[in-house]
Amino acid sequence: MSVPLPTFHNRGDRAYRVTLTGLAALLPLLLVVVGAELAVRAWPSIHRFGFNFLWTGRWDPVTEVYGAGPLIFGTLVSSLLALLLAVPLALGVAIFLTEFAPKWLRRPVAFLVELLAAVPSVVYGVWGIFVLIPFLRGHVVPGLKAVLGWSPFFSGVFYGNSMLAGGIILAIMIVPYIAAVSREVLLAVPGSQREAALGLGATRWEAVWSAVLPYGRAGVIGAVMLGLGRALGETMAVTMVIGNRHDIGASLLQPGYTMAAALANEFSEATTGMYLAALFEVGLLLFVITVTVNALARLLVWRVARGGSAGSRAL
Amino acid sequence: MTAGMRERLDRAALPAAERPTPVIDVRGYSFWYGPTQALFDITLQIPRRAVTALIGPSGCGKTTFLRSINRLNDLIPSTHHTGDILLEGVSVFSPGMDIVSLRRQVGMVFQRPNPFPKTIFDNVAYGPRMNGLARERDVPERVERALRQAALWDEVKDRLREPGTSLSGGQQQRLCIARALANEPEVLLMDEPTSALDPIATERIEELVVELKRRYTIVIVTHNMQQAARIADFTGFFYLGRLVEFGDTAQVFTRPRDERTEAYITGRFG
Repeated sequence: MSVPLPTFHNRGDRAYRVTLTGLAALLPLLLVVVGAELAVRAWPSIHRFGFNFLWTGRWDPVTEVYGAGPLIFGTLVSSLLALLLAVPLALGVAIFLTEFAPKWLRRPVAFLVELLAAVPSVVYGVWGIFVLIPFLRGHVVPGLKAVLGWSPFFSGVFYGNSMLAGGIILAIMIVPYIAAVSREVLLAVPGSQREAALGLGATRWEAVWSAVLPYGRAGVIGAVMLGLGRALGETMAVTMVIGNRHDIGASLLQPGYTMAAALANEFSEATTGMYLAALFEVGLLLFVITVTVNALARLLVWRVARGGSAGSRAL
Repeated sequence: MTAGMRERLDRAALPAAERPTPVIDVRGYSFWYGPTQALFDITLQIPRRAVTALIGPSGCGKTTFLRSINRLNDLIPSTHHTGDILLEGVSVFSPGMDIVSLRRQVGMVFQRPNPFPKTIFDNVAYGPRMNGLARERDVPERVERALRQAALWDEVKDRLREPGTSLSGGQQQRLCIARALANEPEVLLMDEPTSALDPIATERIEELVVELKRRYTIVIVTHNMQQAARIADFTGFFYLGRLVEFGDTAQVFTRPRDERTEAYITGRFG
């Protein structure tokens, strides 16, 4: 017996379908409208500063000269620092939970890790100010300076609010995302791949490293990019610990600024049209970057979760 | 190095003809998944350089038994066993047995082809590279030898850099056989290797199995009694976790000693 094709001769069904289609279309539409609105509001700044906006560092409301170089730099550096710290930890957690942890431990630990994502951003910020920064000042930075003080990355005096503190806070905040999605990806790797490796004489670690991870590679990269997307857009906690200074410097011990933090801090002070337009342009840049990163990430995760050997084909 | 390992290595150094036959000697082996007993007091000897088929209805312990030989069942929590399985005279469960070297000596081919999402070449090179069996510049030679033994070389020699997953089902299964052979194992365990293949691909694998027994000891689990009759020198009939009958294939199929074997091979159940 064949399944009857859906027909919409019934008036109630038709109304229902039209309503739902409209509601569903509203969300992508919203994305487009937000992007367009940002572009329109940013136009005076785009028109006046052109591409110079992307790499000049002067941010002067008095003379009305704006350049987002330090903001873009700070956003990228703090996010990459966060990835550097978070990816090994999150992957370790995901591998432990899917491959090595005893069964009774898996769900509770996965649950707790994901709970980290539920802590409000501002709480991380407060924790950063009152716990993390004193800890860095007392225990971490003296050691770093003793060993790596010669390098430009750890030069200068550490006052607390810094790129380093921002990066570490971000790392803690994105670990649950990367760990949770990587775990899903590793769970989707068929058992036959593990058995193939083990049957050829791999140790359990070798099986994970040389068979399971390569199979899920695209998905794991997607998970990392999802974390990156979070880190790029994160505002509150970073604003509270990064120092908020329009400056480009190599030292991680010095204050920096991010696009999101600048938006949060400066909208209330933006009194002139050009100041506002410059902030809108920063918002537009952040919007485009995060939407692109997230779209790519979702695409990669989706391809792996859909099955097949997407791991090799996607990249 | 433990005494057991040293003894095993000494034996491996002997020419094959002087090594003790059988290759695998199973003594009163029983196996449990948690409280459920899956295998009951299995005793059999698997002869060297011959094809031994294990037949029987689904869920009768054939695969469990096969996976006991290379200890792949170790991965399943809360299982246990009694009795012993000896490979080349050494217990696979002895404390000195290195499980990695055990699985190198006992290759396995699974029900469904499971190539890695790597190139054809890297699939076959996986074992030798990981086990450090060959220097990198000797790997290609080893890969070619394994692919030739698996009767796949002529079909893939011009496309070694393509993904293994791009091959047809039958080719993928021969790729998995080549991957196992690249380790130069003594024993090849095959768990219903043709159950996912069409008749023509199945025939090729069967021809290959008969060819491979000149070098390897093969244990094959199959649901297909004709397959066992066609390719096996020895046949064991498993029923409800027990080895009901074991013997020369011709004898098992023409003059079964147990009435349950007779009932099964004449199609009265199964």
